[in-house]
Amino acid sequence: MYGFEAMTFNIHGGYLEAIVRGHRAGLLTAADYNNLCQCETLDDMKMHLSATEYGPYLQNEPSPLHTTTIVEKCTLKLVDEYKHMLCQATEPLSTFLEYITYGHMIDNVVLIVTGTLHERDVQELLEKCHPLGMFDSIATLAVAQNMRELYRLVLVDTPLAPYFSECITSEDLDDMNIEIMRNTLYKAYLEDFYKFCQKLGGATAEIMSDLLAFEADRRAVNITINSIGTELTRDDRRKLYSNFGLLYPYGHEELAVCEDIDQVRGAMEKYPPYQSIFSKLSYGESQMLDKAFYEEEVKRLCLAFEQQFHYGVFFAYMRLREQEIRNLMWISECVAQNQKSRVHDSVVFIF
Amino acid sequence: MGGGTHRPTMDLLRSEPMQLVQLIIPIESAHRSISYLGDLGFFQFKDLNSEKSPFQRTYATQIKRCGEMARKLRFFKEQMTKAGLSPSTRSAMSDDVDLDNLEVKHGELEAELMEMNANHEKLQHSYNELIEYKLVVQKAGEFFHSAQSIAAAKQREVEAQQRGEGSIDSPLLLEQEMVTDPSKQVKLGFVTGLVPREKSLAFERILFRATRGNVFLKQSVLEGSVTDPASGEKAEKNVFVVFYSGERARNKIVKICEAFGANRYPFIEDLSKQFQIITEVSGRLEELKTTIDVGLVHQTNLLQTIAYHFEQWSHLVKKEKSIYHTLSMLSIDVTKKCLVAEGWCPVFATNKIQNVLQRATVDSNSQIGTIFHILQTKESPPTYFQTNKFSSAFQEIVDAYGTAKYQEANPGVFTIITFPFLFAVMFGDWGHGICLFLATSYFIIKEKKFSSQKLGDITEMIFGGRYVIMMMALFSIYTGLIYNEFFSVPFELFGPSAYGCRDPACRDASTAGLVKVRATYPFGVDPKWHGTRSELPFLNSLKMKMSILLGVAQMNLGIILSYFNAKFSGNELNIRYQFLPQMIFLNSLFGYLSLLIVVKWCIGSQADLYHVMIYMFLSPTDDLGENQLFFGQKFLQIVLLLAALVAVPWMLFPKPFLLKKQHEERHRGQSYALLENSLDESDEMEVRHGSSSHEEFEFSEIFVHQLIHTIEFVLGAVSNTASYLRLWALSLAHSELSSVFYDKVLLLAWGFNNIFILIIGIFVFICATVGVLLVMETLSAFLHALRLHWVEFQNKFYEGDGYKFQPFSFASLDAEDE
Repeated sequence: MYGFEAMTFNIHGGYLEAIVRGHRAGLLTAADYNNLCQCETLDDMKMHLSATEYGPYLQNEPSPLHTTTIVEKCTLKLVDEYKHMLCQATEPLSTFLEYITYGHMIDNVVLIVTGTLHERDVQELLEKCHPLGMFDSIATLAVAQNMRELYRLVLVDTPLAPYFSECITSEDLDDMNIEIMRNTLYKAYLEDFYKFCQKLGGATAEIMSDLLAFEADRRAVNITINSIGTELTRDDRRKLYSNFGLLYPYGHEELAVCEDIDQVRGAMEKYPPYQSIFSKLSYGESQMLDKAFYEEEVKRLCLAFEQQFHYGVFFAYMRLREQEIRNLMWISECVAQNQKSRVHDSVVFIF
Repeated sequence: MGGGTHRPTMDLLRSEPMQLVQLIIPIESAHRSISYLGDLGFFQFKDLNSEKSPFQRTYATQIKRCGEMARKLRFFKEQMTKAGLSPSTRSAMSDDVDLDNLEVKHGELEAELMEMNANHEKLQHSYNELIEYKLVVQKAGEFFHSAQSIAAAKQREVEAQQRGEGSIDSPLLLEQEMVTDPSKQVKLGFVTGLVPREKSLAFERILFRATRGNVFLKQSVLEGSVTDPASGEKAEKNVFVVFYSGERARNKIVKICEAFGANRYPFIEDLSKQFQIITEVSGRLEELKTTIDVGLVHQTNLLQTIAYHFEQWSHLVKKEKSIYHTLSMLSIDVTKKCLVAEGWCPVFATNKIQNVLQRATVDSNSQIGTIFHILQTKESPPTYFQTNKFSSAFQEIVDAYGTAKYQEANPGVFTIITFPFLFAVMFGDWGHGICLFLATSYFIIKEKKFSSQKLGDITEMIFGGRYVIMMMALFSIYTGLIYNEFFSVPFELFGPSAYGCRDPACRDASTAGLVKVRATYPFGVDPKWHGTRSELPFLNSLKMKMSILLGVAQMNLGIILSYFNAKFSGNELNIRYQFLPQMIFLNSLFGYLSLLIVVKWCIGSQADLYHVMIYMFLSPTDDLGENQLFFGQKFLQIVLLLAALVAVPWMLFPKPFLLKKQHEERHRGQSYALLENSLDESDEMEVRHGSSSHEEFEFSEIFVHQLIHTIEFVLGAVSNTASYLRLWALSLAHSELSSVFYDKVLLLAWGFNNIFILIIGIFVFICATVGVLLVMETLSAFLHALRLHWVEFQNKFYEGDGYKFQPFSFASLDAEDE
């Protein structure tokens, strides 16, 4: 029942909500980013980060640092926090927290499958996987030859199994198929997550439906843009859009027939929240779209913290940290490659 | 620090006079100067580069180097704990280590250790692999052996069947199945290895799925755990043998094995070869073992030498890091030849600091000395009290409320006595006091041992407050003697009781009461009161009145301290329009009440003081009647009442108006002065007036502030006095609780005349006394005493908006870490 979470929420969720809000207070601020952007070397970055919550994770790294080490350690911190929260969580929060990782799981599956397709070493691929999306038999993915095998062998044991029902074909795996599989899986995942949140009800449903709708819409736009000029048919494209969100259903009809970026823009500008995003871009440009979407997402995620007694904060926190790690990766890459003029291209300030 | 042979006299009431000092240090002697200042620990540096981020500062590279060395030291420490060594506490203290050499040495040591570790790891890896191989060969050998014998037995059986009977009723199919047809026999391949036990189920499942069931998997459990060669961790594992047919299946199985971290090992069916392999492997294991052991010994030796120096090194690195941190706070001169430092130091340490700086100049062969220059400032200096181990805990009680403003009267001085005293009023029992004293004596006697080691959270707290607790215990013994309480048993310590029965038979003692037969009991409460019906009314009246007397006395002390504060800062307004009316108000009401109490005690009157006080307000002109205590009381009451009434507007109105007037005058005067006088004087003027001359003067704000202050004081006078009654309430609760435990537990158990019940009774009594009376009551009395100090006493005068003096000192470095 909406409005009555305050009475019972703290029994199970209060402790973890406090924890997650504490973690959120540790996110880097604009001042931190400004300082980081001025760094000359990666050691400078380490020095600055050692004053933040990342300190304990970086302090024992020997001095010639690499970008990957920084990112790895920062991710490790996120993973540690996540695991701690998951250990403490009770139903339905634990399920909710698990849902957050499914996206990474899908990405990892796709990464491994694509990697084996191009005959990369499995160990090397495993190192590249996001630690949040790991599951036991992930390395076995390399054995599979086609989707059916993939499903039957490995994924049937994972939480991703139900999402697979739509994309089982006996076709051999190729890049195109894999990409379609990723999007189908993601669609099913988002829809499932959305349904789960609706079932939870209350403020969680309200806030998460907004966040997930944004995610679904962003994916719809990205799918459209990426599929322009490929052999994907309109119907197939239409099938990859999630069945909820602001664009559902009329916006999807329009996106499905788009042939270039300006048409996408035309379709999107009918929706006020996205109008502002597209108005920042010049015509025919799609490079900055990602950043614009990230900025909008960060804004929405931050808003999730304004309300109390709901699970959206966990989702928001994980996403914000991931964004922060992306930022750190970009900054450290720029610092390492002496491209400091481009630092601000892709950094999204959180506060 | 040299123990303070020529320190100034202890002046706890006012914090040390401080000065803002500018040091101009030549760059060549900067490091040494800072290091000496750190040894001295009397200088608080101001951060002059606060706008710069940490890596843009002058000494960022050195700080980074120190950070790197600290990391290496952590690596050494980790290695040492792995090897089970602890850094020796009495390590070699050779002075001739400098940072550069140390850095090189650390680098070498680290490289050596890393190499050793790598070698060790490699050896260990092959060692573990061999062990696993051996196990696989053994287990799989057993399995193959048993399988073969079973197969042979079956074969014999079948053959026997065939021979024994005309095969009419035996099924044909069976025969066909059993008879091995060499042409049709497919050569089965197999893979042997080890798989982690927790993954074995999933492993089996995946194998089954991947090959559509066309495998045969045999697993057997290994007892004990095996060290995994790849991760180096102990794990429980299963030996498996997988039979398959076909090359594709083999590829799949190999891949799955890899995915599950299952180590595969070759296996030869031939029995004799198996034995050969096992002996070979055992031999190699022996060899490896000795190599590893030798390596370990070597490593331990190296680590021992590190452990010998570890403390010294880590201390040095910490010191260097703090020096460079401090150096980074200094601003560098444009010519890059000297550094400019600003900071606070106590005035008494001026000479010491100058000496130290001179020494630094000489020691570093610098041409120019450091310039020591005292700055004038409007900023309020930090507060610095020189405390010792006894007074520091009391000062901490005050600081927990707020650090005193610079040179403000420090309530800490009075707290040393009043705090334990008020505590003891609530905790009056000399038996409990002695217990508390013994407990705290333990901490004080073992002081040296405890202060050097790390204690738990709560023990740490008790240890920190050991002198406070000691004082509290001593005062409790004193008040306990006054209350005549010893675990609620009365004692006739100071002579016999003054009261006796009317007649020798003592028949009417409980009905008609006792009569006084001797002189008054010389010290404290007469033991005869204990257990009588009139005990409570008597003690309540005593303690209640005592609480009010103590409260009024302490509040008066607070107001008098506000006078000293005002006098110290030369604030006439506060004396005339705040201190005086406050004094009058409080004393005309509650001072008068205290007077009445004392008079009543002295003359033994039966007057009702409630009545007197209440009708003093309701109808001051009425006759007092039988409640009159002394001549002229009515007149005095009217005068006091009028004085109290006058004191309220006196507190409220004049001060804000006078402040306004002063402000206007100053503004006029200042513009005047600027026009007329030389630059010097106007400078001085600004310094003297501080920031107030620049502040916006908002009359309404000042007035509202004064209004709130007045209301707070007037209401507070009543409520604070009432608040002191908690002394009575807690004291009552304490004595009642202890008498309940004594009567209802100990005496009750005694009454049964049964040794077991008595033992249980004593046990319960001790638990209750320690748990409830000694621990919880101490805590609650402590908190109430704390409140009386913070709220009722300190709000009369204490501003508490200063900040602490935090000198740059190496002594605090070690404490800060960990």
